Amino acid sequence: MQAEFIVFLAVALVAIGAAIGMALSRHALYAAMFLVLNFACVAVMYLLLNAPFLAVAQVTVYTGAIMVLFVFVIMLLGAEKLPAQETRPEMRWQRPLAIGLGAFLLLQVGLALALPGMRAAPEPIDASPLAIGMKLFTTYLFPFEVASVLLLAAMVGAVTLTRKD
Amino acid sequence: MLETNYFVVLAGLLFAIGAVTALTRRNAIMMFMAIELMLNAANLALVAFARQWQQLDGQLFVFFVMTVAASEVAVGLALIVSIFKSRSSTDVDDLHSMKG
Repeated sequence: MQAEFIVFLAVALVAIGAAIGMALSRHALYAAMFLVLNFACVAVMYLLLNAPFLAVAQVTVYTGAIMVLFVFVIMLLGAEKLPAQETRPEMRWQRPLAIGLGAFLLLQVGLALALPGMRAAPEPIDASPLAIGMKLFTTYLFPFEVASVLLLAAMVGAVTLTRKD
Repeated sequence: MLETNYFVVLAGLLFAIGAVTALTRRNAIMMFMAIELMLNAANLALVAFARQWQQLDGQLFVFFVMTVAASEVAVGLALIVSIFKSRSSTDVDDLHSMKG
């Protein structure tokens, strides 16, 4: 319990630091690297939460495929340097409103802290890739097939949007 | 075992940071990355509750969210690339040609 808590605290602090670093970064590539660090931290959280399959999927899909795509596009466009934000006069109300909304969300986080602790039941369930696969190909077979069609549609869409005509 | 609360609070913090970033940045790629951060925070909460109720379904939801996020990124980045090709800008405030 104690060792687990120390690991959780360290990784959570790194995750929050990386998220704030991404939010404040003036350079799109640095922001992408901060996001990779954040995703890796979330993968460690999945391991702590007894979800080894998702931890590996997180690393391969998010930090692997998705962030490589982001970095590729940032470098392709040559849009790494983000210019200092010049806010349009008619949009000046927007930033305080956004920060207000963020404060409201944080208030709700405080509410979750105030709730009595939800302790997990003592014995963890079987969340091995075998169990996940069994459920995926029986209960969730139809959504699985729909997801394959969705991926195909996304692939065709991406090719159509970016081809030379 | 760690309490589920801790993970939900962490997910809430990450979601709040992502939401404020998505609303304050005007660069399309930065907004997109902030949306990915929010999706990830929601996934973390789903896995935490899956452990809380000892159900595998939450983990499978996360699996499908990852699939949808991957296809969303592919199409979204293709859109950003094609907009950049015609306007050489990724600032969302420049895209007001459809404004009535």
